[in-house]
Amino acid sequence: MGNENKLLKMSNISKAFGKAVIALDDVELELDRGEILALLGENGAGKSTLIKVLTGVEERDTGVVLLDGKEIHPKSTQEAQNVGISTVYQEVNLCPNLSVAENIYIGREPKNRFGSIDWKKINADAKELLKKFDLDINVTKNLDHYSVAIQQMIAIARACDIDAKILILDEPTSSLSTAEVKKLFEIMRKLRSEGMGIIFVTHFLDQVYEVTDRITVLRNGQYVGSYLTAELPKVELVGKMIGKDYASLGESTVTKKDSVSREEGEELIELSNVSGSGTIQNFNLKISKGEVLGLSGLLGSGRSETVRVMFGIDPMQKGEIRYKKSPLHLKYPLDAIRKGMSFCPENRKTEGIIGDLSIRENIMLALQTKKGIFRKITNKEAQELADEYIKKLDIKTPDADQLIKNLSGGNQQKVILARWLATNPELLMLDEPTRGIDIGTKAEIQKIVIDLAEQGMAVIFISSELDEMLRCCRRMIVLRDMKQVGELSGKEISEEAVMRIMAGGESK
Amino acid sequence: MKTILNKWSKNQVFWPIVIFLIILLFNGIVSKGEFFRMSIVDGHLYGRVIDIFRNGSKLVILAAGMTMVLATGGTDISVGSVMAISGAIACSIVDQRILPGLGGNVGAAVIIAVIAGIACGLWNGLLVAKIKIQPIVATMILLVAGRGIAQLITNGKIVTVTSDAYYFINGGYILGLPFPLFILIFLVGALILFTRKTAFGLLLESVGCNPLASKFAGIKVDFMLLGIYTISGAFAAVAGLIESAGIKGADCNNAGLNIEMDAILAVAIGGTNIMGGRFSIPASIAGALIVQGITTSVLALGVPAAYIRVLKATLIIVICLSQSGKFKELFKSRKVSNQRGAVKEQ
Repeated sequence: MGNENKLLKMSNISKAFGKAVIALDDVELELDRGEILALLGENGAGKSTLIKVLTGVEERDTGVVLLDGKEIHPKSTQEAQNVGISTVYQEVNLCPNLSVAENIYIGREPKNRFGSIDWKKINADAKELLKKFDLDINVTKNLDHYSVAIQQMIAIARACDIDAKILILDEPTSSLSTAEVKKLFEIMRKLRSEGMGIIFVTHFLDQVYEVTDRITVLRNGQYVGSYLTAELPKVELVGKMIGKDYASLGESTVTKKDSVSREEGEELIELSNVSGSGTIQNFNLKISKGEVLGLSGLLGSGRSETVRVMFGIDPMQKGEIRYKKSPLHLKYPLDAIRKGMSFCPENRKTEGIIGDLSIRENIMLALQTKKGIFRKITNKEAQELADEYIKKLDIKTPDADQLIKNLSGGNQQKVILARWLATNPELLMLDEPTRGIDIGTKAEIQKIVIDLAEQGMAVIFISSELDEMLRCCRRMIVLRDMKQVGELSGKEISEEAVMRIMAGGESK
Repeated sequence: MKTILNKWSKNQVFWPIVIFLIILLFNGIVSKGEFFRMSIVDGHLYGRVIDIFRNGSKLVILAAGMTMVLATGGTDISVGSVMAISGAIACSIVDQRILPGLGGNVGAAVIIAVIAGIACGLWNGLLVAKIKIQPIVATMILLVAGRGIAQLITNGKIVTVTSDAYYFINGGYILGLPFPLFILIFLVGALILFTRKTAFGLLLESVGCNPLASKFAGIKVDFMLLGIYTISGAFAAVAGLIESAGIKGADCNNAGLNIEMDAILAVAIGGTNIMGGRFSIPASIAGALIVQGITTSVLALGVPAAYIRVLKATLIIVICLSQSGKFKELFKSRKVSNQRGAVKEQ
């Protein structure tokens, strides 16, 4: 096949950030008209950078991008859009304080014959457009009036409406429900039949097999290969993504779980009738050393709220927390840290990393606050600490002086984990520790959690992914609407049982 | 040798010091060496360079406190007004207009003035840290009200003092060097040691980069803010004492007028990120000396004073450009396109 038949051909693309971080190394990508291509890889594989190069957010260092056989060199997303490349990003990047219709037509508003904006047409068109997506909403309301899922659909609708040859969907489904995903796939298939080329970035492998035609895999900034979806078994795909055999990885963690001894350790923390202000109600919880306790529930069910109260972030309204049998009063997270508690928060970017500080500083931070400002950790100690955890957790970085914001999501998460492990905690609370992280690192983190518990640490584990919870947790508390609705342990834990309780069935 | 220079040139304090030295050198050349002439009169060192340090001491002290405030991502525009309050209180006490029971004791006047500065700082800190008002608005309250408070203390008059002990704060000499220099070294030195020999500096940078994540990592962000605004207030009070001792009286309308902008400028020249994060107090000191150096050299060269503002504005533009990522990119892409052009020619 000659180049002129390809809609998009990217070849020999390289991109480095500074001297140390090579994000893309001689990568290629091809896309046909009427094709849905899955772009896959671990976090830090270079997917996002490749997309950014294509959409003009970043400039490539070397390489050629041919669109319809002509070389393009977009310097901004606007330029990329003008040549027909439309993008929907993982995080909604619309204006929350403008109306839905304004958001859809911003920058290309239809004008009436007096040259002013034709609001009637904008609103009517927007409504019409969203109907195609089965969204019947009031388009004159502000965007932030609607849920993130709906906002995401609006972003997709906007991208599709722009006259595009290529549509890039960068993890669009992470906040969508099953029905919405289905709708999205229908639209993708329709666009494909109209001849559009679609690049689909996702972490959900099931979706890859449901909707895509071909798969391009990247690993560590390098091109691994492109394959027809129908001809590549899932296990092989995972192997190509992580560069090792996933099946064996999965097994090792599962067997670990079964080998965990059943005897109870010393009781560590107990919550009785704890209520937050406007959040969790009458919460009871006990956890012992060496135990992994899962908090299950849908988003907003009170999982995060529980640990936030336990860590002194949100105030406790009533009830009692006992730590090693003595009452615990938390005013600041520092009070909890000094007791031996630690907490990896849900939003890595806003609540976890200190982006402009180095990896070393990010790792030493919690230990330093625990020691107090007058007992400064020396540079040498900090360096040793950082080197130790970079090695122990296999954090991929040239050295500890790199700014943490330059790392991939999975490695950032490992740094945050290192930050807490450095304080030598007795209780580790993990809120969505593997969100947005590739399978390889995910399995690594799960293994770390299980190992830590074996060494006697108590772990509270929160995740939206049920099979991850099943893999890690020995006991599970299920929440619904800020209330505790059930508890499962040992053999009782199964996907069906948890889902039944989450959805509102009885706990038996 | 080369590597040492390389290492130094990466340090935040390198370029501000180089610029300061260039300003001095420029003056020296234009004045044919006159600028560097030092004379010893009565065992006291006099000269233009000494003037820069003496007159710049207020600004250096303010800039040191301001560096920390800016590193949190905040700002303190009330320092000039706090200077006026501190001067008004000290002079009124020395002149026995208020608290006559103290008998015009200079030591007591200084202590009470500094306590007033601490109170002002605490007020700013409470508004910012506890009530969560935006720093520029919170400190604007004292910027506006401060001079009013100072005038209430002095009954709206310019209070002149006759006290050699009080004059000493600005005009005194120890070991041939002006006294303000010693105040500066003591205060700013203590601050530098405090930020770098304890973990305070790191935690401050962390708060400046990401206050929420810092809170989650166990830093008591509101205490930290409270402390920093208090230090800024206390430092401003000391600067106010030096100023009023220099003019031998308290002028509530003009003491420290617009100096908050110079202090912010000094920090910016030093390269501390105004949005919060990494900071360097030594670099801010160099920045303050640059600002003062421009003023002194304009006066020394006999150029009309109006040029000072124009020069400062030019300086601001240069700094903004040197810190702007867009501007750097422009340069880079020109270089790249030049290279590309060269490749094509081949």
